[in-house]
Amino acid sequence: MTATRLRHRLCTTFGVLAVFVTVGPAFGQGSRQTIEQTLPRMVKIFGAGGLKNLHEYSTGFMVDAEGHVVTLWNHVLDTDEVDVVLDDGRRFAAKVIGAEPQLDLAVLELQDADGIEFPYFELDEAGSAQPGTRIRAFSNMFKVAVGDEPVSVLHGVIAAKTKLEARRGAFSVPYDGDVYIIDAITNNPGAGGGVVLTRDGTLLAMIGREVRNEKTNTWINYAIPVVELRDTVRAIVAGEFVPRDDKPDDEENPNRYQPLDFGLVMVPDVVFRTPAYVDVVRSGSPAGGDGGLRPGDLVLFVNDELVHSVRSLRGELGRLEAGDSLRIVVRRGDELVTVEMPVRRKETNR
Amino acid sequence: MPHRRIVTLFTLATLLLPSLAAADDADLVVEAQRKRVEVVKRAAKTVVAIFGPGGGGGGSGVLVSADGYAVTNFHVTKGAGDFMKCGLNDGKLYDAVIVGIDPTGDVALIKLLGRDDFPFSKLGDSETVQVGDWAYAMGNPFLLATDFKPTVTYGIVSGVHRYQYPAGTFLEYTDCIQIDTSINPGNSGGPLFNEEGDVVGINGRGSFEKRGRVNSGAGYAISSNQVKHFLDHLKSGRVVDHATLGATVSTWDDGSVRVNNVLERSEAYRRGLRIDDEIVFFGGRPIGSVNQFKNILGIYPKGWKVPLVYRRDGKKYEVVVRLRALHRASEMMPGGGKGKPKPKPGDDGKPRIPVPGMQPGGGGPAKYKHMLVKKPGFMNYYFNEQQQKRVLAGLDPWGDFSGVDRVWTLSGKTNAGDPFTFTLADKAAGLELGPRVFYQPFDGSPLRDQPLGTGGLLVAADQMRRLVGRRDEGFTDFHYLGSEPLDGKGEKVDVIVGTRSTATTWFYFSKESGRLVGFDTEMEPDLDACEIRFGKETVEIDGRRLPSVWKLQVAGEELATLTLEKAELAGKPAED
Repeated sequence: MTATRLRHRLCTTFGVLAVFVTVGPAFGQGSRQTIEQTLPRMVKIFGAGGLKNLHEYSTGFMVDAEGHVVTLWNHVLDTDEVDVVLDDGRRFAAKVIGAEPQLDLAVLELQDADGIEFPYFELDEAGSAQPGTRIRAFSNMFKVAVGDEPVSVLHGVIAAKTKLEARRGAFSVPYDGDVYIIDAITNNPGAGGGVVLTRDGTLLAMIGREVRNEKTNTWINYAIPVVELRDTVRAIVAGEFVPRDDKPDDEENPNRYQPLDFGLVMVPDVVFRTPAYVDVVRSGSPAGGDGGLRPGDLVLFVNDELVHSVRSLRGELGRLEAGDSLRIVVRRGDELVTVEMPVRRKETNR
Repeated sequence: MPHRRIVTLFTLATLLLPSLAAADDADLVVEAQRKRVEVVKRAAKTVVAIFGPGGGGGGSGVLVSADGYAVTNFHVTKGAGDFMKCGLNDGKLYDAVIVGIDPTGDVALIKLLGRDDFPFSKLGDSETVQVGDWAYAMGNPFLLATDFKPTVTYGIVSGVHRYQYPAGTFLEYTDCIQIDTSINPGNSGGPLFNEEGDVVGINGRGSFEKRGRVNSGAGYAISSNQVKHFLDHLKSGRVVDHATLGATVSTWDDGSVRVNNVLERSEAYRRGLRIDDEIVFFGGRPIGSVNQFKNILGIYPKGWKVPLVYRRDGKKYEVVVRLRALHRASEMMPGGGKGKPKPKPGDDGKPRIPVPGMQPGGGGPAKYKHMLVKKPGFMNYYFNEQQQKRVLAGLDPWGDFSGVDRVWTLSGKTNAGDPFTFTLADKAAGLELGPRVFYQPFDGSPLRDQPLGTGGLLVAADQMRRLVGRRDEGFTDFHYLGSEPLDGKGEKVDVIVGTRSTATTWFYFSKESGRLVGFDTEMEPDLDACEIRFGKETVEIDGRRLPSVWKLQVAGEELATLTLEKAELAGKPAED
């Protein structure tokens, strides 16, 4: 036998061996392997909250080697910096570099992490799955894990792939695309921003908010497909994403309406980002009355635009036109409350 | 041509693989199911449905020995009283009596009565449990089982070595197993089984904040290894306490866990531990967080000796430290005694699993009345008496010393070649060691460390005479403590504690041979003990025997070996 032929045969042999190797994952890697690979890619997030039933902790997952963290957009991020704690206990300050409230999505960047390579999920490898698929859900629900303790793992199956009932008040979430409904109990404090994978390791979805169907008073465990998030995540990481609420307030604020036009007095605007808390609601005003706003409410959205300060609230109101409908979503205690009112023509409108 | 054949074989195998694998998968599923059914069938026989004496209420438990010992939660027995009714899956109801309680760890031991061939489960090794393992919980959630057949739920391990902060004054779940296996009111005290059907935990707590005390995906089980550490302590019929190192720790910015305070009275301090020292290993496990430190502390009973490795200025120190009590004795008294009322774990609304409708009731059936003996500091002193009898029988092979318990003269040579003679009597103890003489009167004068640096060898020798000669009558307080590994690392020993005046002695009996293998005498609390370890050899004295090789150590360091050659035992009081 010549050397060439031998090499050829050996190549064939290795080729066949390669088939064996690639056949392996088709039968599914074990649940244990999935868990071992996933836990180091998860982070625990500690930020704003801690009052009443507002927990100050949440979950996220890393999506590149530089340590960009994807998480659920929620009140925990209502602060300049959050603490991100890795699986091995390493702790980093992190800043929100972008958020898309429509997707309930925020992306964090770890500070002082130059030169460190982080374990991460390959967003390209995220997939989708059918009802009945066995899953594992990873999150830091109830803040069971701190420091170098790994997050909690739950098991379950996909019960349905569907849309959350879009009617406001049923589920007060801005996201209206497809979600996975799962039977693992992920509707728990701090679980939002965790991940759902198939048992054999395919990244499927990000665990959603703690929501309850107000009609049936049932809690629901849902997760947002990563394939729905990934383009936005990439845009945010690449610095190409312009969130709508970053429109310069002053330049584009025609000041057509003020909070007072709706009977609202906001807390004094004293710092750069004063949270948009309602101070006083005038009686008999459009915003008042039963089912209206109340002092202490924190304004989160105006007509689906994220409001993160008194200033941005003024901007949104200023851009309203007479005849518009004004829809305000506020956080009251641990509830989200939506209030709608018409925008009436002002008698002394400029 | 061999290469071609190999290629052909590989190709063939590749083509066949999917169908073969499909057949294999189906077989695996059937096999897994068969195994599951078998394990559940076997394990279910050992699960106990616990009710109050009137038959009301309900919690769960698991039998761990054929003579009827069953482990459950303290918060189950607390509501049930001293006698309970227990149902097994044979449909029969058995009487049960309380044995011992561990309010801090939320564990209680009860004994089912009327049989000596109860089916029981093995307490497995919870260190083998890994995240993702399947785990069965069995018990009586929502009191669904009227025929006592346990409800079986199946889930996975969500986390291991979890630490759950104290709820109230006592209850603290350390080093516990977190599961998504559904546990609900009524599951309290029931077993968590691994896939082999070994008990790896006792289900006792959940994160119930949200859904009004029903399963919300996070349950917590006390690890079986913690239960094993405490099992003999619980069999002593006592109210068992947990431990503290006598030092607190915090995490530094560099991630190290450092001592931020240490009690000067503690043994940890005497072994050299100081503020800012780094804790490297504790109980044989590496320490990377404060929670890990607390986890390890939480699985040991008060008084256990635990290996500790700490680092200072780059140098490592390896020591063994006897852990201090977590609570004052008065805090641990059932019913409170004269002290403040006993805090009730869980009465602050913290999320342990609720026990539905348990009503404490009156006494038990007349034929078992003798199995409940009340005594301060004990949950049920009856079981302590039983254990004392069992352990003290280990002295019987040495012969009957009851007539010769007054004056002992023991002489021999030290390893340095010096002759010694102990004279031990009720009024005083003396030692001639080479040219020197040491003396300790027992007339109420303070006990002294004689010879200096031995931790009170004279007092220790006298305590040994009292145990062998008079057993419990030689002491003002005398009880069975439980078991522990000798010197923190050695064989498992049963421990009998005797106190007289300010001196307390822990007598160690090998669990394997029953032999007295040594003892520690502390002249008073928070002083280093005089530690005697016996060799296997004995010396004969008028038909009786005593161990002949006495190794003397203090703080784990060997000082001398005394070899006994001759002894005189007198039955009359000394004429001194």
